[in-house]
Amino acid sequence: MKIAVCVSLVPDTTTKIKVDSDNKSINENGVSFVLNPYDEFAVEEAIRTKEKFGGDVTVISFGTEAYKEAIKKAFQMTADQGILIKTSSKNFDSFTVAKNLAEVLKTENYDIIFFGKQSIDYDGHIIPSMVGELLGLPAINDVVKLNIEGTKVTVEREVEGGKETIFANLPAIIGTQKGLNEPRYPSLKNIMAAKSKPIKEISPIEIEPLVNVKEMRLPPVKGKGKIFEGVESVPELVRLLKEEAKVI
Amino acid sequence: MENKILAIAEVKQGIIKNNTFELLTTARKLAESLQCPFEAITVSDLTQEQLNILSEYGVENLYNIKLSDLNAKSPISNIKYSHSAISRVVADFILSGNYTIVLLSATSFGKEIAPSLAIKTEAALGVDLIDLKVENGNLIATKPVYAGKAQVDLEFKSERVVLSLRPNVFKAEKMNSTSFTVHNIEISNITDSDFKTVVSEIVLSSGKLDVAEADKIVSGGRGLKGPENFHLIEELASVLGAATGASRAVVDAGWRPHSEQVGQTGKTVSPSLYIACGISGAIQHLAGMSSSKCIVAINKDKDAPIFQVADYGIVGDVFEILPKLTEELKKIL
Repeated sequence: MKIAVCVSLVPDTTTKIKVDSDNKSINENGVSFVLNPYDEFAVEEAIRTKEKFGGDVTVISFGTEAYKEAIKKAFQMTADQGILIKTSSKNFDSFTVAKNLAEVLKTENYDIIFFGKQSIDYDGHIIPSMVGELLGLPAINDVVKLNIEGTKVTVEREVEGGKETIFANLPAIIGTQKGLNEPRYPSLKNIMAAKSKPIKEISPIEIEPLVNVKEMRLPPVKGKGKIFEGVESVPELVRLLKEEAKVI
Repeated sequence: MENKILAIAEVKQGIIKNNTFELLTTARKLAESLQCPFEAITVSDLTQEQLNILSEYGVENLYNIKLSDLNAKSPISNIKYSHSAISRVVADFILSGNYTIVLLSATSFGKEIAPSLAIKTEAALGVDLIDLKVENGNLIATKPVYAGKAQVDLEFKSERVVLSLRPNVFKAEKMNSTSFTVHNIEISNITDSDFKTVVSEIVLSSGKLDVAEADKIVSGGRGLKGPENFHLIEELASVLGAATGASRAVVDAGWRPHSEQVGQTGKTVSPSLYIACGISGAIQHLAGMSSSKCIVAINKDKDAPIFQVADYGIVGDVFEILPKLTEELKKIL
């Protein structure tokens, strides 16, 4: 099976976000960047699919030189080769990313293409479905269970208050949600082996973005709350919720 | 192109989703600011009578595509619906009606079809928006990023936009329509290849409210000390009619299912009331819930970060406070 997994690099979830002086992006000083957490499920599922059906796993990323770190993390989890669509620009929208990934993906006949359901920077939840649309392939996001039989896939997709069972034919795009699998910890041997795996660099197609960031800012700060001590303040809390906050 | 707004009213399992009323209200107000028409579309098997409720939100023309007719075109029988086929028929409708602003809810359904609608209709896409305004005739859309640790104002450089609105954020306000007509749309030009994905079954968790949709949430964290103590959370939630949530720590520990996780790698929520019990408030948790309208924190550590975002808090033992709170609420609810 020819398997692809598309990955991104994001600030670690413990990052305290500061807005940069351009008022359009975050200040990256001191921020530690990691493989997007949802992409870990995508890489793990790609590897498990390879282990079950044979084949190889190509990791693809659209981003700056630094994004090689995300590809290398996937290598440590035993992905085979990487492609970086290397941009120096910070001014791109989700369509630019989707279009560039689609252009690369269509050069090979991948049987299945994995994505994390969204990257935890812009939280768009856009790219898997957009790439699917651009390639004319079925795309299913928020997948928590995947079963491949021949050329058919059956998935469970997490929705509000429950799950949907969805059918599609391969080739297909799968967006992975937490719960699908437990990503493996790379072994020392695989960490060493990852160092010699190839990353091919290619140039992006330049696209004028359709969506621009006009301004980035921190969310409005709340006033100081009323904090009490001990169980005896429970009746007062209930009174305030009813009479002041009017939420019960 | 002259502005023209289309709101996609979501009907799921035969029920009009509450978010639809928020959506129609937003569409109506936007139409007022832009002085342009707004209409709505739904893909459903609802009767005219059932659809009449939408007339309470100011929409005059509602277009309905009959879901069972659409499903009948599927190469696989007995399907619930197909995201890709719905996207196809709605996109065709957008193009033929020359709509320039398409609004839908950022629900599981809306999030799945919005990107494909944007590509099919050559529109710019803005998702999960928490504010929408018009400045000098241009749309400015606000979206939380980094799970709400920051937010951005977006502007669009295209003739058409597809915008999804975060549920529970925009207000639903009634305003009776001066007239109301339901137009049934004939489905044409649909082929087997439009049914790329088909939903064969929908299983709902037994009677449980989902955190993503709930108006009130009671969440528990490590302070509960073990999965066996979450009945305290459930009992409080039950009195309030709230959904139960959880911190990442307790989900990762396997105490609670992932579907309950609130935070950067879980769900981002904006309920009217969020009660955090035994949750210290790691930055990734705060990101997911700090836009809640009223936050109550209960924690034994007075320096816990959760108190910094709380409107009300009690420093103390959750094992004493939760039963007492449940008892006090029972008296008045």
